[in-house]
Parts: sequence; C-alpha cells; structure tokens
Amino acid sequence: MKYGYYPGCSLERNAAAYDISTRAVARTLGFELDELDDWNCCGATEYIAINKLAAYSLIGRNLALAQQQFHANGNGHLAADGRAQLIAPCSACFLNLRKADRYLQEDTKLRDTTNEALAAAGLHYDPGTVFVRHLLEMIINDMGCDEVKRHVTKPLNGLRVASYYGCLLVRPRLGGELSDAEYPDELESLMKVLGAEVVDFPLKTHCCGGHMTQISAEVAYELIRRLLQNASEYRADVIVTICPMCQLNLDAYQTRVNQHFGTNFNLPILYFTQLMGLAFGLEPKAIGFGKEIVSAENALIKIQRSLEPAATPAPSRPRKKKDEGLPMPRMPEDEEVSA
Amino acid sequence: MEEITVSIPDIVKPKLRFLEEVSMATPGVSRLEMCIQCGTCGGSCPSGADMDHTPRALFAMIRAGMRDEVLQSNAPWYCVSCYYCMVRCPQEVHVTDLMYTLKRMAIREGYTDHDAAPDFSQTFIGYVEQYGRSFELGLATRFHLAHSPLRKVGIGTLALDMFARDRLSFVPTRIKGMDGLHAILEKAKAITHDAELTGGTQLL
Ligand code: SF4
Ligand code: SF4
Ligand code: SF4
Ligand code: SF4
Repeated sequence: MKYGYYPGCSLERNAAAYDISTRAVARTLGFELDELDDWNCCGATEYIAINKLAAYSLIGRNLALAQQQFHANGNGHLAADGRAQLIAPCSACFLNLRKADRYLQEDTKLRDTTNEALAAAGLHYDPGTVFVRHLLEMIINDMGCDEVKRHVTKPLNGLRVASYYGCLLVRPRLGGELSDAEYPDELESLMKVLGAEVVDFPLKTHCCGGHMTQISAEVAYELIRRLLQNASEYRADVIVTICPMCQLNLDAYQTRVNQHFGTNFNLPILYFTQLMGLAFGLEPKAIGFGKEIVSAENALIKIQRSLEPAATPAPSRPRKKKDEGLPMPRMPEDEEVSA
Repeated sequence: MEEITVSIPDIVKPKLRFLEEVSMATPGVSRLEMCIQCGTCGGSCPSGADMDHTPRALFAMIRAGMRDEVLQSNAPWYCVSCYYCMVRCPQEVHVTDLMYTLKRMAIREGYTDHDAAPDFSQTFIGYVEQYGRSFELGLATRFHLAHSPLRKVGIGTLALDMFARDRLSFVPTRIKGMDGLHAILEKAKAITHDAELTGGTQLL
C-alpha cells in the first residue's frame, strides 16, 4: 500500500526520532510513504490568529500539491472512495490540513478566495480530493493490530506504558479522528499487542498546553505537571505520544517543571512508532532512541535492551583474562550473541 | 407606533452587527448564534482560571455588542486549542474557531499590547513567510531572546540540551517553491486588505 506523506516541520529536526521510526516501521509493515514534494509548514496554530485567508492559502498550497502529486494521476495512493490519502504524523498538522479541507468544502466564499490566492502560483485545490489521515489512525484501521502483532519479535514485556493522546487527534470531531473525543483506546490496543503493560492514564486526552510554554510558561508548566503526576501515580515507566509538540512539551520541559514545582519526575517520552520498532526487534539507535532529553535508558534496561548495539560476536577469540575475575552482571542479549 | 419602529432598529442594529461580524469572520459555520449560555465550555476549559472572561461570558458580551470589552479580553490568548469546549458544547458552537477569530480582530484593531502571544504568532509566521517552513524550538529560543531577556538563562540550557541531541537548528529549511508561496501569501493579503476597505468582514 502507498500513501502520501506530510512529515511537517517538527519531524525534520526536533522530532527526527519520530520520522526515522515511522519510516522504519513502514518498512517492516510493508507500506510505502511517498513524501509530498516541496511541502510547506501548515502554520501550526499561529497563522490563523493573524490572517485567515493567508492561513488557508498556506495550507491550501499543501493540499493543492497533494492533489497534483497523488490524485491527478491516481498512482496507487487512492482510498476506496477515490480520494488521495495523505498521512500526517503530527497531530497539529493533521488537524490543520483536515480542518482546512472540511471548511473549504463548507464555506464556498473561503474556497473561492483561497483558490484565487493559489492561482498566483498556478495552483488549484478541489476541496474533498485529499483524504488527510493521522499515522496512528491509518496503522490501526488499515494495518490492524493483528497484522502488527505478526511482526513482534521482541515483545515489550513488563514495560509499563501510559498512552498519551493529547488533543488534536481526538478533538474536534470533523471525521477521521479516533474512536472517542475523551476516552479513545486505540493506542492502548496497539501497546498491548506490542507486549507492553498498559497502565490507566485518566488524563490521557488532557492538553499539554501546546504553544503556551512560549507564551505563559507558568500556565503551561501546570498543565504539564498534571500529566506527569498522573502518569507517575500509575507507576508508568514511559509515556508514549503521537504528536511532536506533545513530546517536546513533556520531554524538553520536564526538567523545568521539576525546578518550578520542586518535583522529581523522570519519565521518558517516546513516540508510539519507537515502541513499535523496539517490539519489531529494531536497534534502538536506528529508531531515534538517544534523542530524548529525559533518557529512556532505564526503560530499555527493563526490557533487556540497550542503546548501544549488541557487540559484534567474536566467537573464535578466547575470553579476555579480565572476564575470569569477578563475575559481572550480563545482559540476556549477550547470551544470545555468544550462544 | 412610529416612534417604536424607528427606535428599535437604532438600538438593536449596532449590537447585532458585532455578533454577525464575529460569526461570519469564522471559517466554516460558527454556530455562535446558537449559544444557550449553559457554561459547559468554561467548565471544561483548562485555562479558565487564567481568563478574565469565560468563553460563555464572552459570547454573552458579543451578543450585547460589547466590542471593546470583548476585544480587550485575554481569554482568546489563553486558549490552548484543546477543543474540549467544542466537543462538549450541547449546541455544537465552534468555540475554538471563534477564539481564533477574536484574536484576529483584536490584532487588526490594535488591542493586543497586553500579551506576548501576538508577538509569538508574528515571529512564527515570519519564519514561514521567509522559508516556507518553521520549527518549534529554534523559534522558541529566538522568541525568548527577543522578548523575555530574563528567561534567557533557563532557555539557554534547554537549547543546549536540544542542540546536543541534534534536535535544534538555527534556520529552517527553505522550500524550493518560495517564490510561488510568496506570491500566494501576497495575493491572500491583498484580497484581505481589499475586503477590509469594503467592509467584507467574512474574509477577515
Ligand atoms: S504544525 Fe508544527 S510540525 Fe506541523 S507543519 Fe506546522 S510547524 Fe511544522
Ligand atoms: S496535547 Fe498539546 S501539543 Fe499535543 S495536541 Fe494537545 S495542544 Fe497540541
Ligand atoms: S458550551 Fe456552547 S452553548 Fe454552552 S455556553 Fe459554551 S458555547 Fe454556549
Ligand atoms: S479550546 Fe480554548 S476555550 Fe476551548 S476549552 Fe480549550 S482552552 Fe478553553
């Protein structure tokens, strides 16, 4: 299966771990992600606060390019209903693109003026031709948990995972979101087939504050603290996310939240694709481990994995003398290698 | 008789106009007119405590034509776009979209000196307009250096942590079609400007 792919700005650098683990998981599951040529930023939640038509035209350029690249020649990217599928891994990008497509269908004046602006670069978008989907929703509905399970070679047994959805993939309800606006369960189902232990996380769809960390830090810190507190109360080892902005807020600001409230949260924040990759037996470094600010090392140890690739076996060599001294704790993986 | 029919439109019309203006300026269908003042939105709002008026109160003020008070409110700037209000509202009012509309109006009419949010949005779109792309944290660093010198120290260590993990760049990637994007945005702004002059508020 082939899909158009809209990585979004975050995945270029700040959330590179999400991008590389997504591409790795796609290879394992056997779907193709065709990047949208020369895509531009979707404007996050900022452009719409300044100029409506410019915001819609900015998003419209992406939709118009996707229509050209994936719909016009229908080269294998079409959904059953004939729309071209465009996958966004960032919840903010997903909602921006999805919502623009929807409102451009409903609001003919907005559609016409947006197209008038797009015409300045020879582009045109027919609302309804591009089917914007979030990566998680696509994996759940097109691949399915059973198919994912078939590829699990190193289950995450014993890893306690809190599944964090945030806002924009569950709300608002414009079609194409997960099962529920406040208590979805897709991410938990996915984590279970990976072998992880799913913990309760009542605040799983509460907001992390979005761009508030930049505007009014105290407001944002309190929202982030509540989430970390809640996940800690249920003794989660990691929080798994589906959005680069959520990851950034919970990971990069965790230390500052600790300083601000005198707390000592130490919760690694990982992308769901990273946990999928781990369970598929991929090397942690190849799926972006090591890029998180709050280290995931303890979590890896808990499932007998480590950041450094297992040492290359050297079976013919006799063991170094040093090894005959005190018995050292050894990782089960080492056994595997020498066995 | 005659006195009544003349005086009612005179009092009511300007008050109604602000409600329509806000509603029409909102993309899609705002359903603002359907608000029944139940307060569910405010009760669901994580930023409610920081807002000077809850969304419910703002909508009542809009209906009452209190333009100044509404556009001076800090509420839209504390909105974190969590969309809880929108999914819980029994009338399906597009609360979050209306918050964005109020931000645009406040900026356009010069009401925004009370908060850092407009500067943040401007800085962000500055990158988009120059490169076609942006980034979350590099921007934050620049923004903090430019606007909150006292926070420099803290954000500095954060930036260093990010940099050490190769998660921070200093300029975004520039897209190839920058000329085209520039033409599109200029055209969009020109259309908006024309509408401003002719009072076509549904474009703003
Ligand atoms: S929402 Fe964030 S990640 Fe998505 S395109 Fe915009 S800036 Fe980039
Ligand atoms: S939780 Fe925060 S970053 Fe994530 S989608 Fe909600 S507002 Fe955006
Ligand atoms: S929840 Fe809806 S109907 Fe109730 S006050 Fe808010 S906007 Fe009005
Ligand atoms: S979207 Fe904005 S107004 Fe609505 S509940 Fe969330 S923060 Fe409050």
